[in-house]
Amino acid sequence: MNWYDFLLRNRGEVVGRITEHVELVSAAMAIALVVGLPLGVALARRRALQRWVLGAANVVQTIPSLALFGFLIPVPWIGGVGASTAIVALALYALLPILRNTCTGIDGVDAAIIESARGMGMTPRQMLWQVELPLAAPVLLAGIRVATAMSIGITTIAAAIGAGGLGVFIFRGVAMVNNQVILAGAIPAALLAVLADSALGLVQRRLAAR
Amino acid sequence: MECRGVTYRLPSGTALVSDLNLTVARGETLILLGRSGSGKTTTLKLINRLLEPSEGKIIVSGRPASAWDPIQLRRGIGYVIQDAGLFPHWSVEKNVALVPRLEHWAEERIEARVKEMLELVGLPAGEFASRHPSELSGGQRQRVGVARALASDPPILLMDEPFGALDAVTRAELQREFRALASRLGKTIVFVTHDVREAIFLGTRIALLAQGRLVGVYSPKEFLRATEPEVRAFAESLHSGRGDEEAR
Repeated sequence: MNWYDFLLRNRGEVVGRITEHVELVSAAMAIALVVGLPLGVALARRRALQRWVLGAANVVQTIPSLALFGFLIPVPWIGGVGASTAIVALALYALLPILRNTCTGIDGVDAAIIESARGMGMTPRQMLWQVELPLAAPVLLAGIRVATAMSIGITTIAAAIGAGGLGVFIFRGVAMVNNQVILAGAIPAALLAVLADSALGLVQRRLAAR
Repeated sequence: MECRGVTYRLPSGTALVSDLNLTVARGETLILLGRSGSGKTTTLKLINRLLEPSEGKIIVSGRPASAWDPIQLRRGIGYVIQDAGLFPHWSVEKNVALVPRLEHWAEERIEARVKEMLELVGLPAGEFASRHPSELSGGQRQRVGVARALASDPPILLMDEPFGALDAVTRAELQREFRALASRLGKTIVFVTHDVREAIFLGTRIALLAQGRLVGVYSPKEFLRATEPEVRAFAESLHSGRGDEEAR
């Protein structure tokens, strides 16, 4: 049996797993954006603080994903076996690229532009929304792009703690020693990552072209 | 506009401007001349409160600068810096309309004003309004910078080496036009430069700064005759035939 025969025969479950996968990634990305963007804006131009926070996010990044999923299971409120634990772990991973690129993007806006914006009497809020964020947008989006592609990959491991998603096929295939079942999980996951990455890449190029 | 005993110190204690006393008369162009690091730009930023003085007082339009709301103060003072500092993601029209829009002018009034300002600096609105700064030459960008600073008709204009990054021919052209414009508009202008030719050509008076202190204030004629060593150094750079290009 080929991997796509497997896909066709198990259409129903495959669509369900893809949906789960996308839901996990979307939820994690939403949290990472809601936390990461404002935090990144707050940290921009504060070099000392930035080093500490980015350092901490870097440490999280070095924890192997399977271990992080495991660590979070016993944590009250968010822990336990299932999707919520997986979403928290995924959001932690996605945080670093978003945070770092928000900081770099805003820090990278030409000092002369910031000076003239202040000198012309823009308030800090006006500067942020009308000058800093639009000019940082391409860099910011590059961070979101990296975080999304990474999350789609790591989400396959979330199946190990019962969160569902395309990883279910991969783990099942490993258990059954059946490469076709592994591929039935791995190939759609890879395609999802490529799709999301090129879609965001398109938006990014459009922003940079302005 | 007036500076009374103004000192600005960095947190480390180094004074960038020391005990500066200076009066700028209405409608004049006062040049702040000095070498790099003499405190010219710092002085300018103290006037529109991009920096706050450590000591002393600055009076703007009869009121202490510290009594103004900094945002309102800056909107009433045009500000032009080297390379113009235009917003690259905005069209020329949007850049020039910046302060009028911040001040919530009616759209028709903004439109008319932008057109008027662009014509004033020699850029026909029909051709230039929709362009982006990246589609302009350095000289054109600087013209837009001047138009933007004048858009809300502020009584005071601060200019920080506005022509410093231009080639010699374009610079001379802009200096000539700017001199005519300044005498026509009657704005009070504080103009920072390290170029002594520019200072003599544009200035009603020239305030020479050295190491954060005021050496003296001179009319262009007095400046050429003055005997202070720092003035001589500048006046001689004029005669030796080398402008600021090589000095930079």
